[in-house]
Amino acid sequence: MNYIVLFAALPFLSAFLIPILRKVLKDKPLDILPVGVTLALSGMSAYMAFFRPEMPLVYQLGGWKIPFGISWLLDPLSLFMLVVVNVITFFVTVYSVNYMEQYTAKWKYYTLLMLMLGGLNSVVLAADIFDMYVFIEIAAVASYALVAFGTKTEEVEASFKYMVLGSIASAFILLGITFLYAKTSTLNMFDMASALSAQGASGNYLLFVSALFITGLGLKAALVPFHAWLPDAHPAAPAPISAMLSGLVIKTIGVYALVRIFFNVFQITPVTSELLLALGGLSMFVGVILAIGQWDFKRLLAYHSISQIGYVVCGIAVGTPLGIAGGLFHLMNHSVFKGLLFLNAGSVEYATGTRDLKQLSGLQEKMPHTSWTSLVASLSIAGVPPFCGFWSKLLVIFALFQAGRPFYGSLGILVGLITLGSFLKIQKYVFYRKIKEALNEVREVPALMCASMAALAVFCLVLGIWFKPVLDDMLMPAAEVLAAGKGYFLALTGK
Amino acid sequence: MILFVLDLVLMLMGLYVLITNRNLIKKVIGFAIMEHGLNLLLIMIGYRKGGEAPVVSPGMSVSAIPFVDPLPQAVVLTSIVIGLGITALMVGMCIRIYQRYGTFDIAEIRRLRG
Repeated sequence: MNYIVLFAALPFLSAFLIPILRKVLKDKPLDILPVGVTLALSGMSAYMAFFRPEMPLVYQLGGWKIPFGISWLLDPLSLFMLVVVNVITFFVTVYSVNYMEQYTAKWKYYTLLMLMLGGLNSVVLAADIFDMYVFIEIAAVASYALVAFGTKTEEVEASFKYMVLGSIASAFILLGITFLYAKTSTLNMFDMASALSAQGASGNYLLFVSALFITGLGLKAALVPFHAWLPDAHPAAPAPISAMLSGLVIKTIGVYALVRIFFNVFQITPVTSELLLALGGLSMFVGVILAIGQWDFKRLLAYHSISQIGYVVCGIAVGTPLGIAGGLFHLMNHSVFKGLLFLNAGSVEYATGTRDLKQLSGLQEKMPHTSWTSLVASLSIAGVPPFCGFWSKLLVIFALFQAGRPFYGSLGILVGLITLGSFLKIQKYVFYRKIKEALNEVREVPALMCASMAALAVFCLVLGIWFKPVLDDMLMPAAEVLAAGKGYFLALTGK
Repeated sequence: MILFVLDLVLMLMGLYVLITNRNLIKKVIGFAIMEHGLNLLLIMIGYRKGGEAPVVSPGMSVSAIPFVDPLPQAVVLTSIVIGLGITALMVGMCIRIYQRYGTFDIAEIRRLRG
């Protein structure tokens, strides 16, 4: 047995243990189990990031050799994603301890959260394309249920909409896998890459399969023509889940799966690169334009998620190591600051009972911790130095100009400016106007919620100031995995 | 070839119902049709002409007999289970929506703007 199995085993095991423990313990709180599991996993991933194990590590589940068994792969890219997923989930879980007191059946929430975490970790580690699909589905089903967790009317409706579009996406992904299998007779990604290059599969066939995958995974990642479900689903969920959905789910089961398949299995071609760039640029622009007119705190943030995913996809689609590193860095930063912003929105809703920007005002004095963390996150997402969002946006835009894409580069600058305006609006309306009388009784949220927000805000600053070691030690190796393209997987075929 | 085309048509019919129909229950049925079309396609890809069930018994020469490909069959089993799970969740959500609104018509319950 290998220790990377724990990343899937621990969350799934605790998802099954929680309902049983609840029967045994009656109504005693069982927060300690999910918090402990996520702490252990984030500690483990951080340990691996500092003391890098030998990579790439191919692990055969059950000891079956490659074409027969399911294989898992730990390489710098999956390690990077593991760190992002587990660290953010830990803070989200700590935040949930107090926040989820508002709802009944907290144990059901933890069960679903652990299922989602297990699904996300396994998607990142899977090197078998059908295995990846199964875990995408596990994470997606858990998130459908979590979106409807409050069971209010809008929440159920948003969840149904999400479920319909999500299952269409899954159908397209499975159709793509079916066509790939018909051509290559294997589900293992390394074998698939080598079979595709050995047969010299025709460009049109690959283009057709690529279109299926772009539709399916683009729907999961909420790129612009496929984004309709996101602004409903993300605000409807409880705040920690909004943070998970915007911060991790669309990236792991959308962007990560997309780039893994497109770069390492297919090898990116000028056509697909152009297509992804166009989708990314469109998401960037349309997302931020739609965000301008929003007055619901969480809905506004959800539209900004679409826009920021555009940066990530644009950066990665350029295909140069610098662009890919910039895109991945932005992915990481976006998880941190968008997670934090959704937690802020949750705190504001927890304390005041509303998320309508027009009804809020002057909360700076009443909720100092929420206020300063939200200011840090807003400055980060808007790309103000020295916060982390600045460096990743700079890298993406610089790489776009360097690769001879001045149009997308300037679009990135323009979108960054509009984003800044949009977040100044949030700051002004929620925290800095003269306080309304109805809000005089508002108090700061409980300590655990403050602590997890403060920790994420510190991350924003730390990633911004010490971005160089992160870039050199984590992002460049991860970017080289993608930049090496098909050759990277071909080298692993024999192992 | 004609079977593959018919199967894709079945799948697209399911997709069409899922997207365009206004009744929630019919949407769920559309999803089930789409899922079954996909599963059928997977099974057909594993079929070899004149192939037998892939069970090897002692004294049998493996290379002499054409077997059907067993892997898609295993994959389809998983895919059916996933489809069942999602269908169950969808139906559960339909019941919730019906309790809240008293109707299955999506045009009457639309509150969210997208």
